[in-house]
Amino acid sequence: MILEAGRCADGHLRYPAHPRCPVCGEELVESIDLSVETGEIVTWTESMSTPPGVRSPNPIAIVEFTIDGSAVRAIGQLTTNEVDIGDPVRPIYTEALRAIDAEMLREQESQTWDGYRFDPID
Amino acid sequence: MTQFGHREEWITALLAEAGTACLEDAKVVPDDIEHVYVSNMASGEFEGQTGIMNALVHDLGLMPAYAQRIDQTSASGGAGAYAAWQSVASGASDLTLLVGGEKMTHRSTAEATDVIASITHPVEYKHGLTLPSFAGLTARLYLHQYDAPRESLAKVAVKNHRNGLDNPHAQFRKEVDLETVMESPIVADPLRLYDFCPITDGSAALLFCPESVARDYADDYVVVSGIEGATDTHVVHERADPTTMGGVVDSSRGAYEMADRTPDEIDVAELHDMFTILEFLQSEDLGFFEKGRGWEAVVEGVTDRDGELPINTSGGLKSKGHPLGASGVAQLYEIHQQLIGEAGPRQVPADIGLACNVGGFGNCVTTTILEVAG
Repeated sequence: MILEAGRCADGHLRYPAHPRCPVCGEELVESIDLSVETGEIVTWTESMSTPPGVRSPNPIAIVEFTIDGSAVRAIGQLTTNEVDIGDPVRPIYTEALRAIDAEMLREQESQTWDGYRFDPID
Repeated sequence: MTQFGHREEWITALLAEAGTACLEDAKVVPDDIEHVYVSNMASGEFEGQTGIMNALVHDLGLMPAYAQRIDQTSASGGAGAYAAWQSVASGASDLTLLVGGEKMTHRSTAEATDVIASITHPVEYKHGLTLPSFAGLTARLYLHQYDAPRESLAKVAVKNHRNGLDNPHAQFRKEVDLETVMESPIVADPLRLYDFCPITDGSAALLFCPESVARDYADDYVVVSGIEGATDTHVVHERADPTTMGGVVDSSRGAYEMADRTPDEIDVAELHDMFTILEFLQSEDLGFFEKGRGWEAVVEGVTDRDGELPINTSGGLKSKGHPLGASGVAQLYEIHQQLIGEAGPRQVPADIGLACNVGGFGNCVTTTILEVAG
């Protein structure tokens, strides 16, 4: 598993990777793994009212990575609520971000459920 | 429109109630209806009833009118208005009925939240992202970026609840004070319970036709002078500035151009205050206030009912309630009532009104400008 961002022929870098570049419509030519990078918290929240199978409370952040001078953002759970805007974080692999719950609307097989939580760097 | 709130009726009955009231109000004979649009996000997911546009046509005796269900999540109502307007503007229909509705309250908050969160991209859904959590993320950034006090968000709730007190269709007809909002439980930090709209059942309806036809049915009617829809990113974090709603900017630009109007000509507006922060973002992205200054307008009373630009005289989604597919239609219903002078105790002086209906967290948006006829 990687935290895969996609770069198109024109150099636009986006996470997640889309079939075509959302900025210019070009094909993606390069895959970049954000899981080995460190980023910075753009904003965060702690959600108290969560859907079936999701931990509560659920701290979440938008994180910005800078790859070769280009900014790319990702979103995901935090390992803690002890964070602030601007804090540096690194992705930590987690096998199940959300428990497969019978009450959950989305089909279990339609997507993956592992991924990365953002962990503050001391 | 129907009473909004907790209703015993299921979706087809709610749609029929609003549809019947609308046809009776305009004294329209069923045979005259040529197109029917039903705005609804998720009747299949909420109650296992699909094909509701067909059900409505049958229940109201409108056969053989062409019928279509419009789903654009929370913006289904605005999108329905766009479709209804297109049906008339294209010449395909001389009389179109638009009914928006949703039945939600039989579900738990967690289940209803999941139905709405099912719009999210897989990389969002796996993390348990919900619409309220997007609001929390954006609210924190807005307060940080523009040095706005947390109380300014609470003022939106206080204002809209005060307005809703005078709306007999509203789910909550109860004033709340600043302290109550600020001390209510945290839902998505920094946002609290009273920053969020409730889960609601309800329906609303409108008729669309050429002006030449409108004169046959009513002395007082309003004209759709501008309308446009626009789409922003599916994945919310991919937007360059999360405090700008690109769909609002783009759809309103088109609506202003079509109406040949500017933001300062708008007399009254209904904005999609599913969360208090959304009223700030829309009031700025519609061009009413500079980016980062919308909060000041609310604090200074500019958007109060007796202010320079009253916003959400109906009570907004916040107090009136938010039956997803009905909300965009109910916004236009309020602007219609204001423009023809039938808003009762909520009446403000207005010749030009605007409604902004937002789906997802700004993913799909329709902006509509209505004007007094003549």
